[in-house]
Order: sequence, then C-alpha cells, then structure tokens
Amino acid sequence: MKAQSNKLFEPALVKTALKESFVKLNPKLMLRNPVMFTVEIGTAVMLYVTIYSLNHAGQGSFAYNLFIFIVLLLTVLFANFAEAIAEARGKAQADSLRKTREETPANVVLEDGSIVSKSSSDLRKGDYFVCEAGDTIPTDGEIVEGLATIDESAITGESAPVIREAGGDKSSVTGGTKVLSDKIKVLVTTQPGESFLDKMIALVEGASRQKTPNEIALTILLASFTIIFIIVCVTLKPFADYANTPITIAALISLFVCLIPTTIGGLLSAIGIAGMDRALRANVITKSGKAVETAGDIDVLLLDKTGTITIGNRKATQFWPAPGIAPDDLTKAAVLSSLADETPEGKSIVELAATHTEIPQTPAGATFIKFTAETRSSGMDTVEGNRIRKGAFDAMRKMALNAGHIVPAEVKDRVEAISSNGGTPLVVTYNEEVLGTIELQDIIKPGISERFERLRKMGVKTVMVTGDNPLTAKFIAQKAGVDDFIAEAKPEDKMNYIKHEQASGKLVAMMGDGTNDAPALAQADVGVAMNSGTQAAKEAGNMVDLDNDPTKLIEIVEIGKQLLITRGTLTTFSIANDVAKYFAIVPALFIASIPALQSINIMRLHSPESAILSAVIFNAIIIPLLIPLALKGVEYKPIGASALLRRNLLIYGLGGVIAPFIGIKLIDLLISLFL
Amino acid sequence: MNTELLGILASFLITLLIAIPLGKYLAKMFAGEKVWTDFLKPLEKGIYKLSGINPNAPMDWKQFLKAMMTINILWLVYGFFVLMFQDKLPLNPDGNPGQTPDLAFNTIISFVVNCNLQHYSGESGVTYFTQHFIVMFLQFTSAATGIAAAVALFKAFRDKTTQNVGNFWDFFVKSITRLLLPLSVIVALVLAFNGTPSSYAGKDQFISMQGDTVNVSRGPAAQMIAIKHLGTNGGGWFGANSAHPLENPSYFTNMVEIVSQMIIPIAMILAFGYFIRRKKLGWVICGVMTVGMLMLMIPTISSELGGSPAIAKMGVSQVTGAMEGKEVRFGPMATAYWSTLTTIVSTGSVNGMHDSTMPLTGAWQLLGMMINGFFGGCGVGILNYFVYLIIAVFISGLMVGRTPEFFGHKVEAREVKIAALITLLSPFLIMAGTALSSYLFVAHGNADWAVKPSAWLNNPGFHGFSEMLYEFTSSNANNGSGFEGLGDNNIFWNVATGFILILGRFLPIIGPVAIAGLLGQKKYVPESAGTLRIDTVTFGIMTFAVILVLNALSYFPALALGPLAEYFSMIK
Repeated sequence: MKAQSNKLFEPALVKTALKESFVKLNPKLMLRNPVMFTVEIGTAVMLYVTIYSLNHAGQGSFAYNLFIFIVLLLTVLFANFAEAIAEARGKAQADSLRKTREETPANVVLEDGSIVSKSSSDLRKGDYFVCEAGDTIPTDGEIVEGLATIDESAITGESAPVIREAGGDKSSVTGGTKVLSDKIKVLVTTQPGESFLDKMIALVEGASRQKTPNEIALTILLASFTIIFIIVCVTLKPFADYANTPITIAALISLFVCLIPTTIGGLLSAIGIAGMDRALRANVITKSGKAVETAGDIDVLLLDKTGTITIGNRKATQFWPAPGIAPDDLTKAAVLSSLADETPEGKSIVELAATHTEIPQTPAGATFIKFTAETRSSGMDTVEGNRIRKGAFDAMRKMALNAGHIVPAEVKDRVEAISSNGGTPLVVTYNEEVLGTIELQDIIKPGISERFERLRKMGVKTVMVTGDNPLTAKFIAQKAGVDDFIAEAKPEDKMNYIKHEQASGKLVAMMGDGTNDAPALAQADVGVAMNSGTQAAKEAGNMVDLDNDPTKLIEIVEIGKQLLITRGTLTTFSIANDVAKYFAIVPALFIASIPALQSINIMRLHSPESAILSAVIFNAIIIPLLIPLALKGVEYKPIGASALLRRNLLIYGLGGVIAPFIGIKLIDLLISLFL
Repeated sequence: MNTELLGILASFLITLLIAIPLGKYLAKMFAGEKVWTDFLKPLEKGIYKLSGINPNAPMDWKQFLKAMMTINILWLVYGFFVLMFQDKLPLNPDGNPGQTPDLAFNTIISFVVNCNLQHYSGESGVTYFTQHFIVMFLQFTSAATGIAAAVALFKAFRDKTTQNVGNFWDFFVKSITRLLLPLSVIVALVLAFNGTPSSYAGKDQFISMQGDTVNVSRGPAAQMIAIKHLGTNGGGWFGANSAHPLENPSYFTNMVEIVSQMIIPIAMILAFGYFIRRKKLGWVICGVMTVGMLMLMIPTISSELGGSPAIAKMGVSQVTGAMEGKEVRFGPMATAYWSTLTTIVSTGSVNGMHDSTMPLTGAWQLLGMMINGFFGGCGVGILNYFVYLIIAVFISGLMVGRTPEFFGHKVEAREVKIAALITLLSPFLIMAGTALSSYLFVAHGNADWAVKPSAWLNNPGFHGFSEMLYEFTSSNANNGSGFEGLGDNNIFWNVATGFILILGRFLPIIGPVAIAGLLGQKKYVPESAGTLRIDTVTFGIMTFAVILVLNALSYFPALALGPLAEYFSMIK
C-alpha cells in the first residue's frame, strides 16, 4: 500500500475521471454546485445561440458562437474533471487498502466448537474465526482468546511484527494482515461493507459526501458573488440599450461566466476530497470530512507520554556506587539482579552494563526472585546463599535497616537528585548491604521538541498525559517542551481535562487506544483511535490511524489547516482574477459605439472578439492549471497568522490580480494570429 | 492654492481634534461609566417615566431590532399624513401647499432613513411646522437610531459571551440628550451669529438695483443646519442646500459645517475600539477609512483644480480650476473636499453642484456612496463597514487555515449568509433601479405619464446616465445628495427611490446587528498564536482590498458607461 504512486495524474485514473466529467454534466448532479450550475445553463443557452446564428444574423458569426460554446463547455468539463480526478484518487487510495482484504478462507468456529472453512466475504458480525501462524486474517475483528505476533506491513508498511492479544488495549486485528506465530480466536466486529474503510470510500465517492460547515459557508458566499454578477450582467442589457450599443448574447454570457468565481467553484469539492485523501495517504481513515476540517482548528493536543514523547520505556543511564563500593561490584550486582528480569527496565540495565564490563554468566543453580507488590524488589539468590536485590529506595532501606546495616546519606542524596531530574532510582543491595543506585531515565524522542515548537507557532497547546508522579512529569514536560501535563493520570482525568478546555471554548484533539479511552475519544473534538486499539475506542473516535503512530495528530492538524488554506487562497485568487477580466471584456462590449472607452482597454487587446475569447479561454484553462494545487493543497507555514495572511494575500491576491492580465494578453496575441 | 490647501488641512485637523476625545467620551457614556454629562440624568429619567420605559431592561438582538423598527414605522405613518396636510397646519407664513401623496411618501421615508433626498425645495415644499416637527425632529431621531444600532453592535462584542445587546431606548435617548442636542446647540449658535437666519418671519423682500422686487425665503434655518450636518442628514433648509448664501454664508461657516458632519462618524469608529477595549482596532479601521477617503479625495481635488477639458479646448484659461456650479466664497478645493466627505459619510449636503463637477469627480462621488463605509453615516457607517469586515474575516480566516473568528466568535454559515445578502443588496438596488429607469427612458420615453420618461433628463447621453445612477446610488446609500438636472419629483422617481431608501436603510442595519447578536451569543474562543488578529495593519489592508474589489466588481460596468465614458469622450 505504501507502494502506491504519488503521481497526480495516473493515466488510468485520468481515464476514469474523463469519463466521469461527462457523466457529471447531468444537471441534477450539477445543482450541488451553484456556481458551475449557472455556467452549465450559460453553456446551454450558447448552444441554442450557436444553432440560431447558423441562419440568422445579429448575434455574431456561427464560428465565433460555436467557439464560445466549446470554451464554456470545456469550463464545465474542467471543473467536473477536477472533482472526478480527486474522487478517483481517493477511491484508488482506498481501494489499495481494500485490496489487502481479498477473498481469503476463514476458519469459522461454530457454536458447537467445530471449525468450518468459509470465504471471508461470508463472515458476518458476531462470527468467530481462528487464525494460526501463516494465516491471513480474513476481516477486522477483536481477539477474544490467545496472543499472536502479526505482520501488519500490508497496512502500515512497517515490517516489524507486532503483538496483539486478547484483553488489553491491543486486541484489534485488521483484515489482510498476517499471523506470524501462535493462534488466536477472533470476533468479527463489522458487517461486510461497513468497515471504516468502506465508510470512507463512500465519503469520497460523493453519494454520501456531505458538505462541511465551512464548505457550506463558502458556497453561500460564492453563490452571493454569483448573484451579484447575475445582477451586473442582466442590468447591462438596459444600460447598453440606453447607450445605443447592441450586445450579443455570446458577449453577455462570456462576461458572466468570466466574472463568477468559476475557479474556486470548479475546484471546491476537489479540495475537500483531496483533504480526506491526504489524510488517507497519511494512513488515517476519517469518518467525516468535517473531522479533517476541525483538525485545523485544534487548540489543545493531548498526547500520551510513553511512545509519543518518550521512546517506549525508561532506560538505565548510570550506575552510582555508594561510598566505599567499587563501581564494578555495583555493576555486577545490578546485572545479576536483572538477568532474569524481562521488563524493559531490567533489560536496559544489562544493556548499559554491557557497554563497560563483561556480562557475568548466570550462576548455576541460582533462584530468581520475582518482583512483588509487597517486597517491591526483585533479584536472585545464589546457591551460596547470597541475596542480590534491586528495588525502590523505601523498600530497600527498610530491608537494610532491618538487617542492621546503615544507609549512607550519599545514597539518599543521590536518590533524591535522580528523582528531581525526572529519573527513577533503583537501589541495589548485596546481602542487604546497600551497594549503590541505578538511574533510570526517560528518553525523549529526538526531534519531538521541534515538533512541539512548530505546534506552538500554529497556536496549538500540547499536553502530556502520564502515569508518572508530578515531579517526574514536570521534568519530562519541560525537557520535551510541552506546555502542560497531567500527572498520575487516570482515564477520567483526561476526560475532565478535555471538558475543562472545551468549556473555555477550545477544541481538543487526543489519541487513544484503550476501551477506557473511549469516552474521552468521543468527548474530544478530534479523537484519533489507533487501529490496534479496541473496537470501542475505534467506534468512539472520529478518525482511525492505521499506523498506530501517536505523533500522527500533528500531521492531521496540518492537513486540516492546509484544507482551509487551499479554499481561502483559491477563493481570493478567483475573485482577484475578475479585475483583469473586466478590463478585457467591458471595453470590448462598448468600443463599437463608444470609441472613447478604448482608453480602458489597457491590455491593448486585438479586437472585441479576441478580447472576449481570450478572457473566456483564460477563465477555462486556469481550472486545470490549478488542479495540482487543489489536490496537493497549499503549503501551511507556521509563521503566525498575520504573516501567513500577508504571504498568501501577496501570492494569491496580488498574484491573482496580475496573472490574468499577462495570461489574457498572451492568449490574445495567439488568437489574433488566426483572426 | 496654498491657502486653499491650508483651509482643508485645517478643517481635517480640527475634525480629528474634536473627534478623538469625542470617541472616548461616547464609549464611556454608552457603557454607562461616569461622564461629565451625567447631570442630564434627571431629564432622561423624566423621558423614560413619561413613556413608561425601563431603560435598563436587557434586550437580545431581536428585541432590540423590534423596538427600533416599531418606533421608526410610527414616525413613517405620522410624517406621511402631516406632510400631506401641512397647508392646513400652523406655522405656514408663506402659504405653502400640502405635498402630493407620492412626494409625501418619498419625503417622509427619506427623512426617517436619514437620507434627506428632498424631491422638493425647502422654500416652497414644506412649512415651518413641517421643517420643525418632521424634518428637524427626524434629523435627530434618525441619526440617533443609527447610533443606537451601532452601539448594539459594540455591546455584542464587549463581553465574551452575551445575549444582551443593550437597551434600544437607553442608547437612543442618550444619543440625543448626551450627543446630538448639546452639539447642535453649539453649532446652531455659531451659525446664527455668522449670518444664517434664525427667524420665524416669512419671506423678506428687497428691491434690487435693477428695480426688481426680490422675495427672499428665510426662517429658523440655523438650528436645522446644525443637526443636518451633525446627524449626517444633509437635508437643507433651502433648495440649494449649503451652497445657498444664507445656509452657508462664509468660508468660516463652511468649515464649521464640514467639521460638524465628520466628527460623529469618526468618533463612532474610535468609540468602537474603546468600547470593546480594543483601542487599536478603532485606529486601524480609522486608518483604513482615511486611506479610502484620500483615495477618493485626491483625484477629486486634482480633477476640479485642473478645470474642464471642454473649456480648455476653447482656449479659455482656468487658473482657478473648474468653477461651474461652485461658490466663489469657497473655491474649488473646499468644494471638492466637501463633495468627497459628503458622499462618503452619507450626509449628502452640498456646497456646490455635483452635477457640474468633472466627470471623474462624479465617478469618485458615486464610488464613495457605493462603498458607503468610509466613515459613513452616524452609526450606520460602522455597521456597513462591519459587513465588509465579516467577509474579510471569513476569507482571510480560511487563508490562514482556521475557521474564521471575529474576536473569538466563530463566523459560520448563518453569519456569512446574512453578510452575503447585505453585500448583494446594494448592487441589486442600485443597478436594478438604474436598469429600470434606463429601460423606461429608452423603450417607453413617450409613455402617457405626468412627466414623460423622455423628459427626465436635462442632459441625455453619458451624463444623463450618471444622473440616474447617482439618484439611485444616493438613495441606496441614504446619502440624499443629487446630481441635479434629473426631473425627480414625479411618481416614478418618488416611489422607486422611496422603496430603495427604506430597503437600503433598514436591511443594512438589521443585518449587521443580527450578525453581531448571533456572534455575541456564541462561545468565546480564547486567542492563540494561530488566531488571526483583526486589529493589525495586515488585516486592515485585507479589508481595504475586499472593499475595493467588491465594489469595483459590482459597479465597474455602470461607472464605465456613465462618468468614465463621459470623461474619455471629453478628453478625446
């Protein structure tokens, strides 16, 4: 799926889109877009005028009318094409995801426990199936029994296998992924054709695509511009009669089509679809176009510490021997106490030791002591009867004092120093004698503080959510550069934080996977569930991230902003274009009877006919020229709102005024060669 | 030349010196803070008691507009009948007749809507009674209506979230007692002591040096001329308005009058900033409006000082500039200055004939009224500007990648819909009106009407087109000045402009107040680094661009066929 082409105009897609552009000429479909609908009406009138001019005089030559008709038809087709190509790309993207779930046999578990093989398409919600090593998972579901390593590269492109297991927050499996080891029993959670992906495809395809609130507001504004230009063009007829100037229908319709915001009108839906498509390309399935748009407005971002801000778990970074203890003795004891420790922390102690000493072999016959909540320590007892332990300071101190050892003040100081630096101290004892301290630290992801800085410039406040104590949380929050943190967080804390921020009018986004995240995901304005998460979490959120990448929220915010910016800049460009079109068409209309108006013909266009044609042609070809921009989106730069406005106003506003002067003049030069 | 320039610079400077403290005062006064005019409270209390009004009752935007519309409709009905039967009422020393129904319809609307189109001449069309109890009365109340509506808009944005846009009666009464009345007294006194009549006697008579008996109309004019300017009304006591030697006797009174018509519009803009505790916004808007004013004023002055190309062609030197239709005591620059200001602030009083100004000047005058938001009329200027602001906020909000916000309130489909409707209202009224009159002139020139359409225009051709365009533009902008030379006292013009006046007045008040009310109710979103600040120069430029482009696109063809065609034909 990562292999899909990033080319804008894939030949196969262009072919479908071309066909679709004609299908979309159906007035019923065109009605959704008031701007282009009026162009279609204008085109129909021109067709009539063209036929009329075959054997009647007074409306210009047949060839001229025919040419205008063709250009207007092209304008409509170009706009349709923009929408169609955006749809085709979105669909192709979704299809490539769907392809991963081709027909595969599924081993369905019947009620009596027997297993029968069925086709994956026959699976219904509520069925159970089993998968063993080597099987492809037939459809989306939730593991109810067992644990398996799964290769999800077909969806995420990530080749490292992941572990999915029943119970827990990582119980979801996705159709098309492959079981590498073990065996799982899975409950089917969606009906065929109703998965999130299917819903997304429906969104892209148009039938169920609803306009987002912002799109509606913009459509209203564009419709009102269109009405203004209807007024301008209709009233021009009596004005011209007063000035004794005959105006041909072709000229009037051309003026109208040039003036109404066809550029943005033609590209508007393509921009919206492309936004969802960009989210999909980032491997995020959105449940509505509105969610993408809302993402651009996010004020507060809730991020889990582990996996988002820090790399996985804590790591040992330093051994601190107690006074009078040789460093090697401490290291050796630390390693021995951790050899059997399967936790990431324990492994990291061995890894750290390996960087400067030789790792001792596990002594034969040693008994491993597991961590328990009562002793709050772990380690091993050797056959000789030596007791090696590591654990929390409090527990170890008690143990040492009970055995009649003293705890050096230096150790206590060290423990406090580590804590206040956001680290976790572990104290090591040998036969209850304190040997020293191991420092565990969170490792902050490289580059994450830059991303937070970028978010801050966008005006987004970042909040770290962690189970750590407030002291540690504060330290990591400062180091990573987040604006706020929730320490010792329970699921309801997230919820309360979200509600609190929303009460002050802010929009909150969060990412989550567990079932206990579900209420918060539903409460958040943008809730992104990880695909690996529970079904409840996925239902609650309004986006699903196939990559399970907690930093994805940052990308989603940018996609949302890009969507709005693209709409805004192209609207500005479209309206700004009109200035030049007026200077082309108005003198052309009146020059014959009011020669003095030649002075307004500042582009010095060849003739009235060529002026009108050039303006109409420019108006038509600007649409396909801007399709790439509409599909890719205008770049978002976090340089502050005013600076961004200045920049876009200069490029699309001033540029929009100047570009058509040049474009129309060039087209006119070209046309005048043939006239 | 230099003295002339000094004159208008001094005028503008004095305007600012008065408007700035006035703006601060208005913000405090309408907010109910302590101000020095609080000694008038007993008077206001008396008014409220008499009319049984509780001025402290909060109103939402719908209640506010209902109160406003009710009282305005009452005045419409009252005035219509009084004007028709003024001949039977007292204070009519010159024995002037009652108005025809269509003229009364037009006249009462035009005064209720703060336009003062005046399809009659003050000397013969009204009586002292109607001058007082219709014209002057409405000059106060219509200005106060506009100001009250603007304060409602201020109020909607003062607090983070509020349903309450303030009490209409409170703002309305205070506008009169604390602002219009005291200032009018001062201005009227200054004018009365500088040659403007203030007597209740009828026409005076003298025998000229040629031996002719000349009747000179007079009356209590100074009082009315004060409020006509302060309230941006513009309706003159005399037909020739402030070009009349008794209405505007000297360069000094000219300065007083031009300053009076600008101070409230400017003060209201600054008051907006102070009232919502965003001083900078007031200044940015003021800056945008000043730039807009200069954009219209500088070419106007230059074309008037340049003189008429037609006269130049004859080889006549015009060292004093174009003097046709101008008063020698003011000169072309002060007249050009006035003509720009009176068209942008919707006063519509004139101190020279706009019909006689150069064609391009006509284009700038028209554009000033089409925009109608560079300072604009009392209160309504900021309302008109607010609609442009909403559209600018919407487009630029998108351009920076955020759902558009106006001071922490999200601008969504409903607000955009209202703003869009108000935006297209002006082009619709102006263009449809002009199209209709052009059509009648061409196709039914000889219709069997009291005044045939073919007889409407003194100057057919491009100038005649400008006259019709000007009349509708002036009506829609509630300006009231005219490109005279149009035969406008007949059924078609009285009725057509009457409807345009009323639509062009109340919809652009209702729309912005409704938007402000709707926005004010919405949850307040605190500002962040991603929020587009609207009190910046960048956003000011954006708004300016929106205003220019919107208006240029709406009116370019009409302007091209009127003043531009006339201008280019003239210099050919």
